[in-house]
Amino acid sequence: MGKTRRSPDGKASGRKEDAALAAYDEMFLLGLYRDMARTRALDDRIEALYKQGKLVAGCYSSRGQEACSVGSTASLRPDDVIGPMIRNLGSIVRHGVPLTLVLRNYLGRATGPTKGRDGSSHFGSLQHNMLGPISMLGALIPVCAGAALAFQMRGEDRVALTWIGDGGSNVGDFHEGLNFAGVLKLPMVLILENNKWAYSTPIEYQTAAKNFVCRAEGYGIRGATVDGNDVLAMYEVTREAVDRARAGEGPTLIEADTMRMRGHAIHDDAKYVPEEMFETWEQRDPILLFSQRLRAAGLLDDDTVAKIRQEVRAEVDEATEDATAQPLPDGKGEIDEVYA
Amino acid sequence: MSKITYIGALREGMREELLRDESVFCIGEDIGTYGGAFRATQGFLEEFGRPRILDTPLSESAIIGACVGAAIMGMRPVAEMQFADFVTGGFNMLVNFAAKVHYRWGPSVPMVVRLPCGGGTRGGPFHTTNPEAWFTRVPGLKVVAPATVRDAKGLIKAAIRDDNPVLYFEHKYLYRRLKDELPDEDLITPIGKARLAREGNDVSLIAYGSMVHYGGQAAAELEQAGISVEVLDLRSLVPLDEEAILATVAKTNRVVIAHEDTKTGGFGGEIAARIAELGFEHLDAPIRRVASIDTPVPHAPQLEDAFMPGVEDLKQALKETVEY
Repeated sequence: MGKTRRSPDGKASGRKEDAALAAYDEMFLLGLYRDMARTRALDDRIEALYKQGKLVAGCYSSRGQEACSVGSTASLRPDDVIGPMIRNLGSIVRHGVPLTLVLRNYLGRATGPTKGRDGSSHFGSLQHNMLGPISMLGALIPVCAGAALAFQMRGEDRVALTWIGDGGSNVGDFHEGLNFAGVLKLPMVLILENNKWAYSTPIEYQTAAKNFVCRAEGYGIRGATVDGNDVLAMYEVTREAVDRARAGEGPTLIEADTMRMRGHAIHDDAKYVPEEMFETWEQRDPILLFSQRLRAAGLLDDDTVAKIRQEVRAEVDEATEDATAQPLPDGKGEIDEVYA
Repeated sequence: MSKITYIGALREGMREELLRDESVFCIGEDIGTYGGAFRATQGFLEEFGRPRILDTPLSESAIIGACVGAAIMGMRPVAEMQFADFVTGGFNMLVNFAAKVHYRWGPSVPMVVRLPCGGGTRGGPFHTTNPEAWFTRVPGLKVVAPATVRDAKGLIKAAIRDDNPVLYFEHKYLYRRLKDELPDEDLITPIGKARLAREGNDVSLIAYGSMVHYGGQAAAELEQAGISVEVLDLRSLVPLDEEAILATVAKTNRVVIAHEDTKTGGFGGEIAARIAELGFEHLDAPIRRVASIDTPVPHAPQLEDAFMPGVEDLKQALKETVEY
């Protein structure tokens, strides 16, 4: 995958000039598009299930931030570890976690990854090299640093990738975790999704600094900024950071400029967000932007869009059917599963 | 056979596990070059090198958090809090992350956090506390508190081999005051098993950590007065050896619980509740608790001595319980 010259099989014969796109394999590019579409479709399904009263509790949308997750995770190998936060559904999807597992967790099923013990995307899966978050923001940063430390100690060239928001970046663990990773040159990458809102609090109430990436300098690590709604840019900036981490050059903090397009959770109507802000960012929707670009390069047309949409829909339908058919927990034997 | 100290036994236990299993590593502040604030890891850096003996920035949350991540990835970290008091900086990582991972989504979290605790050292409000009760009520954590040289070694080895987060409360006052001969064998103290430190018939003293020793002294002195005290050393608070507690209560029918932690909300309350729930018919006297008074730990010797329970307090409580 990734930056390999496309094979001269003539498949992309209608392709027009887009220097950045031209460097990539068509399948890889369409894969990014498809995984963002899968993420959006799953997100929409979760919202629909909530509205149907089928979810155990609330739901947290990744809408508008799909590129931050899909693009960055695309830079990983399957054996690299992800530590997704609540709005990184795209990372879970891209790293190969079956959609039914996400839905089983949202639906509190006994066969889900937490067997009904935790909700939403609050789960991990060792099989898929995914560490589960806790609700206390920032805590995943030191924990992912610990995973990276294990890789470093064993001489494995694996990398840990995790995320934080503009709000979560003000928690002490952000500082402790990044500083720790910096000192030990750990193979870790942290993406700070500046989505402008932490629940109802805008970024000017989060920091007096001009941006968030300037903190990297304070930890003596590499910092980078990126358009978080440009999936290919997300891939490239993370790929470089991951390659460096793998080569023993230490962690990178990447600030991704994006926007949360829903309330904090579904109960939150986000009335505190100026309407024009939503309107502006709606034009910058990551799936829309990438599809326009792919179309302009002749890599996507109405037929392909319809085909992908149909396939994704079928996958989400199947996952929903499977998850809904799963048994509910029976409340027996819980006390025996607290300790390993 | 030469005698070894409590802290020496702890060191030997860690060293044996470092030699036995390459996934074991030590992490903390000043544990490498300096060998630990109390020299528990002295010589380790020379023997095992960095990163297995890992000096870190001053970041309790990052240390414990990194242990969680490394443990999930198959390592067996042994973290040192320089003082048990400083675990507050890593509290969230322990109670919300480490404790809940296994229950929530399955992986085991084999990690040990060493907590040098306890008073009698004039350390004051931030270098002397016994914060075990903050953790004994958190499902998912195990809590041990060795009182002897043998268990200092046996419990650290058991803790390192355990697949769960284990909090190991090592008592600073005992570090160099206790000496014993240890057999030259792979010494493991099973977690969850209490030890009968002294047999007696008239009253039971249930204790852990330093109180086992103050209790032993009180028992020896009371023996002169014709009172026979049984001393149960819990060794492990979570899991708790309920069977051993109920057995001694059934035997003597009178019980005093002692800990160095402050009284209100201390672990003694939990022990008392279990006895009241499960062993009420055995009791011939009210359950008594001997603990520190409910103030922060004070610094001046006169104040700390008044704060902490001592041999006289134990003798009085035991005597009154027998005479009830």
